[in-house]
Amino acid sequence: MLDHDILIIGAGLAGMRAALSAKELGADVAVVSKVHPVRSHSSAAQGGINAALTDRGDDWRDHAYDTIKGSDFLGDQDAIALMCEEAGSEVIAMEHMGAIFNRDEEGRLGTRAFGGQREARTFFVADFTGQALLHVLYEQILKAGALVYEEWFVLSLIVRDGKCGGAVMMDIRSGKIEVVRAKAVILATGGLGRVFEPSTNAMICTGDGMSLGYRAGASLMDMEMVQYHPTTLKGSGVLISEAARGEGAYLLNSENDRFMLKYAPEFKELASRDVVSRCEQTEINEGRGLDGCVLLDLRHLGEKYISERLSQIRELAMDFANVDMVKEPVPIMPGMHYQMGGVKASVDGETSVPGLYAAGEVACVSVHGGNRLGANSLLDTLVFGRRSGVHAAEMVKSTQHLNVDESAADDDKNNIQKLLANGKNESFGQIRLDMGTAMKEHFGVFRDENSMREGIEKIESVKKRAEDVYVTDKGSTFNTNLLFTLELGFMLECAESIAVSAADRTESRGAHTRTDLPDRDDENWLKHILVSQNKDGGHDLSYKDVVITDWEPVVRQY
Amino acid sequence: MEVKFNVRRYDPESTDTVAHFQEYQMDMDASSTVLDGLIRIREEIDGTLSLRCSCRSAICGSCAVKVNGEAGLACNTKIVDSLSENGNTITVEPAGNLPVIKDLVVDFQPFWEKIRAVEPWLQPEGEEPETEYLAPDEDMLHLAGVVSCILCGACVSDCTVMEVDSNFLGPAALAKSYRFVGDPRDDSAQQRFKTLNESGGVWDCTRCMKCVEVCPKGVAPMDRIMALREQVMESGYTNTNGARHANEFTNSVKHSGWLDEKKLVIKSFGIFNIKAMIGLIPLVIRSQRAGKVPPIFHKSIPGVENVRRIFEKVETKK
Repeated sequence: MLDHDILIIGAGLAGMRAALSAKELGADVAVVSKVHPVRSHSSAAQGGINAALTDRGDDWRDHAYDTIKGSDFLGDQDAIALMCEEAGSEVIAMEHMGAIFNRDEEGRLGTRAFGGQREARTFFVADFTGQALLHVLYEQILKAGALVYEEWFVLSLIVRDGKCGGAVMMDIRSGKIEVVRAKAVILATGGLGRVFEPSTNAMICTGDGMSLGYRAGASLMDMEMVQYHPTTLKGSGVLISEAARGEGAYLLNSENDRFMLKYAPEFKELASRDVVSRCEQTEINEGRGLDGCVLLDLRHLGEKYISERLSQIRELAMDFANVDMVKEPVPIMPGMHYQMGGVKASVDGETSVPGLYAAGEVACVSVHGGNRLGANSLLDTLVFGRRSGVHAAEMVKSTQHLNVDESAADDDKNNIQKLLANGKNESFGQIRLDMGTAMKEHFGVFRDENSMREGIEKIESVKKRAEDVYVTDKGSTFNTNLLFTLELGFMLECAESIAVSAADRTESRGAHTRTDLPDRDDENWLKHILVSQNKDGGHDLSYKDVVITDWEPVVRQY
Repeated sequence: MEVKFNVRRYDPESTDTVAHFQEYQMDMDASSTVLDGLIRIREEIDGTLSLRCSCRSAICGSCAVKVNGEAGLACNTKIVDSLSENGNTITVEPAGNLPVIKDLVVDFQPFWEKIRAVEPWLQPEGEEPETEYLAPDEDMLHLAGVVSCILCGACVSDCTVMEVDSNFLGPAALAKSYRFVGDPRDDSAQQRFKTLNESGGVWDCTRCMKCVEVCPKGVAPMDRIMALREQVMESGYTNTNGARHANEFTNSVKHSGWLDEKKLVIKSFGIFNIKAMIGLIPLVIRSQRAGKVPPIFHKSIPGVENVRRIFEKVETKK
């Protein structure tokens, strides 16, 4: 059995930021990640990180309002205000640690415009900001000598009398299972993109933390709010950064018409993501698309500008769609990108289970509400990662370990034995594909009652089939086949919570757009939907009012 | 199109502990990638195949493998570019120069140790400013070309020096070091140069270009190593085999228009380095047998003044 004050699950931006802040306060911290830290999905964030720097004449209150409006007034305003107020110091801290950032003529941090915001306040490293920041935090982890269990997979959280006291994990390389006793566990496992097919998310984004938290008794919140990014490549669904539009790219339909002028006369292509994705889908549905896509036109930006600021996406479009954006417009479509919802957490990361924290995409503080603004996710991971680390480090000072012993791993060991011995013949690949396709079809850009009911049935039937999944690889060395099967269990739970939350929200708000109920209903629905597991293994829904401080909900126009 | 994947398999738990090739045949779209193929094998044909992969868009660095003998990311290597001339076969093997754990999964521990060895974190001196450090955009843009390294290990896989010398820091770690040496905010260049100048550092690269060829992100590690060599020498570290080799190479060509190999060897190792001199004897004998011993008297080439003029031009330009 292993002992640590704090166990952080996930080594992306949120996890590593939490580790650094907790370690600074003297806590014994260990990070566990199913991939090496630099392989984490934070690396895929392209466009940048938002902050209103006062010495540049910006105001965090403006950033907060843009975020609140972007959330379609579902975000909790106290949490949003806090995030925006702390954004500046967080960006500066990253710069001090070594992040290079593009600069202005005076050598200060430069900004670019991003969607849904009235100011250009997105700080960036070309179009690989996430990768640049992730590597900087990894460098700091090395410098601090923080312990990382690389390529270990967390099987379950340990809960005693409603409190979290550690986790059970498996060394992917050897198959060895260990119990880790911890006074605090921080979930920082990222998103659940693979629940949908296609998705911009990496193959590791399987909702592990959301499901682990849910099984441990924590509530999931805002799960119906699934972001479709407006620009993903035709075919592969690879992400093309919002930075393209931030730098001035146009969206065109088959009639060569800049259609966003019609839908969002003020913000145009830079309206918030849910809005742009809906407009694109409307164009496509009404016959003005090209083979299920619209076009992203960057030609007027010129080769030099594109290669200096958008080099990666130029490469991606060439590699994955055979299009050079300097010469031709790029065919793009809305694609599943981000889960606004997650494990309900406070601004200090506390979940409803004592000892269990959550930060980053896995968490729902609700700073994104119904729709996240571009470049607010990196900010979310850093601010709430740091705060969770600080809070947990303080908490463990006056906390004892729970009564946990080796037997805590028994259930997981039995479960794995059972999976390996299963003689049935369902393949995890086919099940995941069927789940993902159903989620896209029934819980995509547009939803309605009948379609969602059908979707729920499909998920139920897929879940049934998953009981018969066959694990081909019986070995214990790097058995990815077994891991995928375990991840499938996580994903199915996430899929279900998305589906039931979506079907429950009888209005349209943010990313949740119902064609049968197209209006926002502030009278009944200025509240979050929470899903939690009940004693029978089923789920219960409950509600929490949105926190409104200074900004009364108004009609949302871009 | 019909594509045949020839995948190198290895399972340490199997009774057959030797690596072997296994063939998988599939109908694939020519524009799809090698990774698409491997995932399909894993999901549809053979669940026991292990490989690392995640983002599918060349940013996480997980899926470096050898395709037809050359390292690259499986996710941005297209099927159509990888087919053999005499048929539709694609050979996939684990990355080189790192121990294989299972199938296409290699042990990255030695890789991370070398990254760690260059102390890859910003080391500024003095008090932190209240806001950001000021730094010219062009410096940062230049660094972005190295910061874009995704640590996939393709360069290390195909490095011809690491194949024979496990002590070499290697292209990835040296490029990482360059990233800090070139950072106007970093104040530890002198300290870094000291490490870089030691055995296993910048002088052990043989300039084979392989790392530049295989890097999927255009980081050009070898060019960074060459830039480091220059900086190391400029900062006063001229008393190493490598630095002396570089200096004597330049002097010889400048003086006579071509290379005086005898003098180069003696100057590089140092005439009083008895051990190295004795060690050279077998090489001299072999060279003599092959008729490759350079002439005793090294004469200047005709028109050597033109060579010198080139030198003058380059030197004044600097």
